[in-house]
Amino acid sequence: MNFDASPDDDRFRADVRAFIESDLPGDIQRRGRHDYHSSRADVDRWMKILNRRGWSAPHWPVELGGTGWSALQRHIFQDELRRARAPILDRCALDLLGPVLCRFGSREQQQRFLPPILNGDSWWCQGFSEPGAGSDLASLTTRADLEGDHYVVNGHKIWTTEAHCADWIFALVRTDQSVKPQAGISFLLIDMESAGVTRRPIWSIDEGLTLNEVFFDKVRVPAENLLGEPGAGWSYAKFLLTNERTTSAVVSHTKRDIEQIRHLAGSTPTPSGLVIDDPAFALKLARLEADVFALEWSVLRVLLAADGDTGTAAVSSLLKLRGSELSERAALLAAEAMGELGLAAMPDPDSLYRMPGNAAMPPIVDDEAIGVSARAMFRRATTIYGGASEIQRSIIAKTILGL
Amino acid sequence: MDFALTHEQRALADSVRRFCERHYDPASRRALIESGTHFSAENWRAFVDLGWIGAGVSEADGGFGGSAIETAIILQEFGRALVLEPFVGFAALALQTLVALPVGETRDSLIAAILAGEAYVALAHGEPASRGDIELCSSVAEETARGWTVSGHKSLVLGGAIASAYLVSARNGEGIALFLVQAGAAGAVARPYRSIDNHLVAHLHFEAAPATLVAQSSVAGAAIAAGHAQALVCICAEAIGSMDVLMEITGEYVRTRRQFGTTLGSFQAVQHRMADMLVELELARSTLYYGLANIAVSGPERGHALATMKAVVSAAALFVGRNAIQLHGAIGVTDECIVSHHYRRLTVIAALFGNESLHLQKLSELRKPIWRAEPMEELL
Repeated sequence: MNFDASPDDDRFRADVRAFIESDLPGDIQRRGRHDYHSSRADVDRWMKILNRRGWSAPHWPVELGGTGWSALQRHIFQDELRRARAPILDRCALDLLGPVLCRFGSREQQQRFLPPILNGDSWWCQGFSEPGAGSDLASLTTRADLEGDHYVVNGHKIWTTEAHCADWIFALVRTDQSVKPQAGISFLLIDMESAGVTRRPIWSIDEGLTLNEVFFDKVRVPAENLLGEPGAGWSYAKFLLTNERTTSAVVSHTKRDIEQIRHLAGSTPTPSGLVIDDPAFALKLARLEADVFALEWSVLRVLLAADGDTGTAAVSSLLKLRGSELSERAALLAAEAMGELGLAAMPDPDSLYRMPGNAAMPPIVDDEAIGVSARAMFRRATTIYGGASEIQRSIIAKTILGL
Repeated sequence: MDFALTHEQRALADSVRRFCERHYDPASRRALIESGTHFSAENWRAFVDLGWIGAGVSEADGGFGGSAIETAIILQEFGRALVLEPFVGFAALALQTLVALPVGETRDSLIAAILAGEAYVALAHGEPASRGDIELCSSVAEETARGWTVSGHKSLVLGGAIASAYLVSARNGEGIALFLVQAGAAGAVARPYRSIDNHLVAHLHFEAAPATLVAQSSVAGAAIAAGHAQALVCICAEAIGSMDVLMEITGEYVRTRRQFGTTLGSFQAVQHRMADMLVELELARSTLYYGLANIAVSGPERGHALATMKAVVSAAALFVGRNAIQLHGAIGVTDECIVSHHYRRLTVIAALFGNESLHLQKLSELRKPIWRAEPMEELL
C-alpha cells in the first residue's frame, strides 16, 4: 500500500487540460456553465472536435475507436471535462450501447453504428423501462415477432431519456413468449424514423424535456438489427449496467457543483455578510465536501483495485447509492446558496422544447446561476433512475452481506 | 498509488492479528479490566520486541523505517481486538511529536528510551476547554533560578495514568513550548480515571512542577501538530478495524438469530440498515486512505485530508456502532456482549481530538481547490 501520486498521471491531466482549454469553443463553454442539459447542437460540435483527437470514447477497445487509457486516466479525463464545463455527451450511445456493441455486435453492426456515434452524427436512446416494468425489468411486455426477415415490434416504452431527439433506440423486446421471463428477451436496434414509432414527451419536474414515452405499432425492423443472439438480451443488459461501475458515482459532476456552490454562496449577500460565511450553511457545505472526497477516494479504490481485492465489490456497490444522494444534495445546496433567487422557476430559455406558459425569467446575469433551481428539481430523480436506492440497498445486502 | 498491501505489510497485519487472537481474546481483555490495571507490561514488551512501537519511525531514529501506513495497519488490528494499552498515546501522540522535533540530545534519548520500552511517555497537551482544538494551551511555564517549572491542567491524557514522564505543552512568554516532567515530581498530580471505553487516562494538575525544556516555541507547535496528525490517523484506523468486526459479528447474528419463524436477516428493514452501515464504513475507510496519502504533505493539504477523514470517520463510527447494537436488540446493550464494548470505544474515538462538528468547521475554513493540480495557496 502506498499513496504516492504518479507524475505520469499529473502530466496526463495537464495534457488533457491544455487540450480542452485550447479546443473547447468559448460559446459552448459559456452555455456549459448553465445547469441545463446540453443541446444536441453543442454536443455534436464538441463530439467532432473530440473525434478528431481520437478522444470520443476513451473506454472503447482501441481497434474500435478507444484510446487504451488506464481506468485512472479515463477518470482524470472525465474530471477535466467537468472542470471545464464541457457539454455532457450522449451517454446512452457512448457508455451504455457502445460497450455492448463492441463486445457482442457483429462486425457489420460495429462498422455501421460505431463511427457515427464517435462523430456525434447519430444519437441513441435506451428503451428498457415500460409502464409495467420499472425496477422489475424482467416483466417487460414489448414484443418483437419474426416475420420473414423482419421483426414486427409492438409495445410501449417509458422514461426514455432523450428519445425526442434520438435517431435510434436500443430496446429490450420479448422475442420468445414460451420461456421464463429473462430468457425470452432480445436486444434490438430500432430506427426511430421507422413507420409506427410515436414519441410523446413527458415534461418533468424541472419543466424540461428529457423523458419520453415511445410507442411501437407494428414497427418493422430488419432482423439483422438484432444484437448478438436472440434471447440473450437480458445478459447484454446486465453487462451494460456493470459498465457503469464507477461512472454512476458522478463524482466529477458533484465536484464541479461544489465549486459552483462556493462561487454562488460567495456572491450572495445575507444581512450580515455572504451566504458562505453563515456558519449553518458553511457546515452543510463542509459535510457535503467531506462526503464527496470520501466518494472520490472510493472511486479511486475501484479504479486502482488490485486483483482479488475482496473490498472492491463492496465499494463498487455503494458508488451509485451514495453518488446519487450527493448529486441531489449538491443541487439543492446550490439553489440554497443563491438565496431567494434559488426559488425562481428557470426552464431552459434556449431549449427547442418548452412547456407552454409564462416564459419570464428572473434577473440573473451570472452564468453559474442560470438553471440552478431547475437542476435542483431535476436531481430529485437521481435516487430513482439507474436502480432506485432501495434496490441498491437490497443488492448490497444480498451480494455483499449475504443476507 | 496502490491500495493493496505489500507482502511485508500483509505479514505485519497477520502478525498483529495473531498476537491479538492469542493475547486479546475477550476473556483476557476482561481480566485486564477487572484487575483494574487496564494495561499489561508484558503486552507492551511484546509491542516493543515485535517492532510495532517503532514501525512508523525512521531507521535514523532507531525505528523500522515504515510510515504512518504501517502504524495504521497495526491500529486497525488493535481496533478489531479492542486493545486497551495506550498505543495511541505513547507510540503515536508522544513519540511522533518527539520525532517531529529537530534532532537534539533530550529528544534523541527520549525516543530511544520509548523505542526500547524503558520509558512510558505521555503527551500532556489537551486541556479541559480544548474539545480537540490543538491550538488551545493555557498552561504556563516559568524560568526560575532552579530551572523551568510548569503549571496548569491537562485533561484526558492518554496513558497519563501509567506514564513514567509527561511531555507537557506550556506557554513560556514566546509561545507554546514543550517540557518534560517526571511522573511523581513535586507539584505534579495525576488523577487517573477510566474513559467509557475502559481505557485508563488521567487528568494532570501541575503546580510549579519542575520541568526540563525539550523544545522551544519555534518548533514545538509544528511537532505537536505532527503528533496529533499521526494520532488522528491511528484512531481512525482503529475505528475502521472496530467497525469491520461489528459488521462481521452483526452479520453473523442476523443470519442466525430467529424471530417470527425466520432469520432477522430476511427482513428488508434489517437488510437495508446493514447496507447503510456498510456504506458508511467503506466511505470512512476511503477517507482513511485520503488521510494517509496526505499525512506527510506539508501545508494545508494535510489539514484538509485529516479533517475530512476525522469528520467522516467520527460520523460513521457512531452510525455503525449504534446500529450494530440496534440489530442485536437487548443483548447489545449488555456489558457481556462485545458489541457494547466496540460501541463504547467508537464513541470515544468519535470525540477524541475533535468531533465531527469541529473538523467540519476546520474544513469550511480551508476551502480546498476541487481539482487536482490547483495549489491551495491560490485560495488562501
